[in-house]
Amino acid sequence: MSELYIQVVIEGLLWGAIYALVAVGLSLIWGVMGILNLAHGDFLMLGMFGAYWLAILTGIDPLIGLLIVTPAMFILGLGIYKSLITRIVKAPRLTALLATFGLGIFLRNLAHFLWRADYRMLGDTLVGDRVITVSILGGTNFISVPKLLAAGGSLAATALLYWFIKHTKTGRALQATAMNRQAAALMGIDTERMYMLAYGLGIACVGVAGTLLTNFFIIFPEVGIMFVLFALVAVTIGGFGSIHGALIGGLIIGLIESVGGFVGIPALKQALVFAVFVIVVVLRPRGLFGWAD
Amino acid sequence: MGRLKPLMVRQPRIFWRKNYIFIVAFALLLALPFIFTAHFQHHVMIKVLMFAFLGCAWNIIGGYTGQVALGHAAFFGIGAYTSSLCYIWFGLNPWFGMFLGGILAIAVSAVINYPCFRLHGRYFAIATLALGMIIRLLFTNWRLVGGALGVRLPLLPESLWNFQFHTTKLPYYYIMLVFCALIFAILYKIERSKLGFYLRAIKESEEAARSLGIDVAKYKLAAMSISVFFTAMAGTLYAQYVLYIDPISLMPLMTSILICVVPVLGGAGTLWGPALGAPILLIAIEYSRAWLGGGGRGIDYMIVGAIMVAVIFRPGGLTSFFQGPRFRQWWGRIRG
Repeated sequence: MSELYIQVVIEGLLWGAIYALVAVGLSLIWGVMGILNLAHGDFLMLGMFGAYWLAILTGIDPLIGLLIVTPAMFILGLGIYKSLITRIVKAPRLTALLATFGLGIFLRNLAHFLWRADYRMLGDTLVGDRVITVSILGGTNFISVPKLLAAGGSLAATALLYWFIKHTKTGRALQATAMNRQAAALMGIDTERMYMLAYGLGIACVGVAGTLLTNFFIIFPEVGIMFVLFALVAVTIGGFGSIHGALIGGLIIGLIESVGGFVGIPALKQALVFAVFVIVVVLRPRGLFGWAD
Repeated sequence: MGRLKPLMVRQPRIFWRKNYIFIVAFALLLALPFIFTAHFQHHVMIKVLMFAFLGCAWNIIGGYTGQVALGHAAFFGIGAYTSSLCYIWFGLNPWFGMFLGGILAIAVSAVINYPCFRLHGRYFAIATLALGMIIRLLFTNWRLVGGALGVRLPLLPESLWNFQFHTTKLPYYYIMLVFCALIFAILYKIERSKLGFYLRAIKESEEAARSLGIDVAKYKLAAMSISVFFTAMAGTLYAQYVLYIDPISLMPLMTSILICVVPVLGGAGTLWGPALGAPILLIAIEYSRAWLGGGGRGIDYMIVGAIMVAVIFRPGGLTSFFQGPRFRQWWGRIRG
């Protein structure tokens, strides 16, 4: 019996790490420029489709495709920032919220238009569907390699981003912009460029997550909506604007979904995540590590 | 008496001059189904009126009070389910079931939305979004109410009492029109009442409203209750129109979004906003779907998404075009 529980926890943590990377991007964008990027999940979908088409059309495996999709998504993020987000940042808050949501709806349906609503899946990748067997506490447990890879890659990307923000000069400039835009501008930081960078980095995060997901997850235009909602919950639990908060929030969400689905009614596991979100947002709106809004 | 008489004679003319725009619009809407006679056109008109109605309902909480609720589809669904199931289980006429649905929606919203009223702006938006998703998931997995399969309303002979018409869509159109006129009149009253001023005060600044002695939570609850009551009513109207309801087509996220985008496009917190937004949005959606082919190709919602983005260029919505000094000048010249 304990075997089963350990398996459920493993599953939860693996998914949690992936949610975390989506959440980290969302949190970064929020932290630096104060907008909620509700189109985030749809960029994830674009990343997944990018990796998928790369594999189908040119035969480049997602693992290598990672090196192409991530920079491409970064550049896409910069482009979207330049053309749209820069205006959205200046718009009234709630208009901005609806606008990013609208951007997401647009991208999602563009994908419908271009690639239809079919579920797609990559057949033979380098990782394939290997499973490793581990024994924890005497029982035998299974870990899917592509999932492990996605989780590991997500954690690595999060760590890299964390290091970048905490230990490089540009990262410090990002932090300064997040704290106070005017003051940062007075110190000679080009805050507009920092906004652009933050948005690009946020989108690059979902590029990584999306590419790693294509190894084992179905790809379809609506795939992003669940991820962005879960990422939102993760960010809320962790505290808006906090990178490590988003990471921990993501892991918590993964665990809640997996354990809740196992113990309770599987069909309602998502409802459980949202319920946790509502409880957190009512009891402690700034989350575990966030600043007061 | 002699001195009063001329005043009384002039009364209708004053009424006409004050309200001619409503009267002309209403007359035009009455005649519209005879100008455009195809079934599909009637369907689009019914959809437009329905979303204008829903937009007006949303406007009370989202527009006037400024609390962007993104979960209204759930209450739409609650209304549809309540009246339909009450008919199937207890034989309760949908005209009464409609009010029952509204009351149930108020009860549900009071329980789940009340804690959210403490939240500011975006937190409120996301919390209502999440609550809407939860309610949809619950309905999808709730065997008793048909689960994901939904509920099929039994066919009855067509009559106003049975609220079913099979040979023509016209009665649905006129029923929707009456409801729209009703909510329009109610909003007109609210806009000019104490309640309306309180709600707009809350929108401008919650702290300032509180400091002036307005019980913010109470009035938010009042606005939300009125809003969900009418949203649930629209749910019944929809259920009687399509005679089949299921959680996936009734309460998708997109319905919640559409309910919110209709007034935002027209101008959130204005009387005419939903009336302007609904025809533009719904005609664009329905016709792009019909002309460019369905099959999940998504042009209809691409338009919705593009419009939602475009609102950042004009946060006041379409009605703000009619409020500028230049328009007033031009309008004044036309009226002489």
